[in-house]
Amino acid sequence: MFTLQDVRRSEGDRPILDGVDLEIARGAVTAIVGPSGAGKTSLLRLLNRLDTPDSGDVHFDGRPIVDYPVRQLRRLVAFVFQAPVMFEGTVRDNLQIAATLAQRPLDANTLLRAAGLDTSYADRDATTLSGGERQRVSIARALATEPDALLLDEPTAALDPDVADTLMATIHTLSRDRGLTTVMVTHRLVEARTASTMTVVLDAGRVVETGPTETLFTNPSNSRTRAYLRVGE
Amino acid sequence: MTIPLSLQDSTTVMRQVVAVSWSDLAFAMALIGVAIAISAWQRVGLARGFVIGAIRAVVQLTAVGYILVYLFAADRWYLVLLALAVMLAAAAVTAVDRIKQQRRAVLWMCGVALFIGAGLTIAYVDGVVIAVHPWYNPRYLIPLFGMIVSNAMNSAALAAERLSSEMKARRGEVESYLALGAPPARAAHGAVRAALTAAFLPAVNSLAVVGLVSLPGMMTGQILAGASPLLAVRYQIVVMCMLTGAMTMSATIVVLWYRNSFFTASEQLRRDA
Repeated sequence: MFTLQDVRRSEGDRPILDGVDLEIARGAVTAIVGPSGAGKTSLLRLLNRLDTPDSGDVHFDGRPIVDYPVRQLRRLVAFVFQAPVMFEGTVRDNLQIAATLAQRPLDANTLLRAAGLDTSYADRDATTLSGGERQRVSIARALATEPDALLLDEPTAALDPDVADTLMATIHTLSRDRGLTTVMVTHRLVEARTASTMTVVLDAGRVVETGPTETLFTNPSNSRTRAYLRVGE
Repeated sequence: MTIPLSLQDSTTVMRQVVAVSWSDLAFAMALIGVAIAISAWQRVGLARGFVIGAIRAVVQLTAVGYILVYLFAADRWYLVLLALAVMLAAAAVTAVDRIKQQRRAVLWMCGVALFIGAGLTIAYVDGVVIAVHPWYNPRYLIPLFGMIVSNAMNSAALAAERLSSEMKARRGEVESYLALGAPPARAAHGAVRAALTAAFLPAVNSLAVVGLVSLPGMMTGQILAGASPLLAVRYQIVVMCMLTGAMTMSATIVVLWYRNSFFTASEQLRRDA
């Protein structure tokens, strides 16, 4: 669904992405893992054009993403931030904003259930929710645009382990039931292993290894992957 | 402004204005001396600042006085417009003083915003409200434009500065909107609203408290110069209206224009913004 060819991006003199070639399959849950500063979030941000690469090509559904009107692309490729920001108003208001932007009808109850929230949340003040609740509302809000792909940037980074586990289960179910292509950046290897079908290991702005999650975790072919997985455990 | 006859009688009576001589000014300077003495006594370290400030105030105001005397005597429309242009340029430069990023671009934005905001206001007041004759009468145009442009400048500067800090503080919010496919105008709406609120509040407050907390400078000046307080009040109302118009127009133009500079052509929030 996403194809990246020799993608490079730097900040000042420092290369962040240093020639990334990558294929992300439709319908899969792909985890992007790697040490801090490997370029995981930078890579994710390119996929719905929150940033633009300095060079290289990014394709979505066989078409260069620069050929899509940017707003249309962002509705097709939803992004959930590490620290989600709630818009003023109720949870329903938050969902309505997203649905209106995408010119889609709003079914708040279905969206909330899909994100693992009770429908009674619709009328709660969104700005008073806990971190885990915000993250789920943020997923429901992203789904309101009826996207084909969902990008998640460290969705559990600020959550307690219990809350993180249930959120991961939700993401897994969501992807399976809706056929949603999901790309998730995480530094928690356990999460990558349980929730994803494909894993990409990124280090110093380069793809070190990519493959089915189970194979990659049980039998990594690259020495740097082996070292990273050992440290991670 | 057409003044009814009954009021005209009382307004046309010009009382004798007490002249201030150079020796009177020397006595006035004694009050600066008090400030210098206090500053030295309390070791505030501003004694030198007061001295330099007082000298500058005397020199600048005297120079302006002579320039005004020349402009009034010359009575030429192009000289009056030149004076207004200089005031506008000085205001634009002062407005961007506190802006740290994209100063050249913001200077240009402030200049255009003041030109439109203050220009439209003075044209309307000059041509419609007071109906000054001739239209370039410097006795009206210069003091009125001075008030308009300085207030519009403060408003534009406040708005630009606030927008800059709001865009920084609200990066997450702005990108959340963008990520949902919102246009930049929608994404930055919260920051724009906060900047405009900050810029408009002084205008709202001054409308509400004028005459209660203080008598405005121009009204006080007219009364001191012997005009009827009733006429001075009417002029002051005109001034308040024109300041409100100029401030809100200038701030809005700067904010909406400056907002666009935070986004790339691909509707991304700039990293350095």
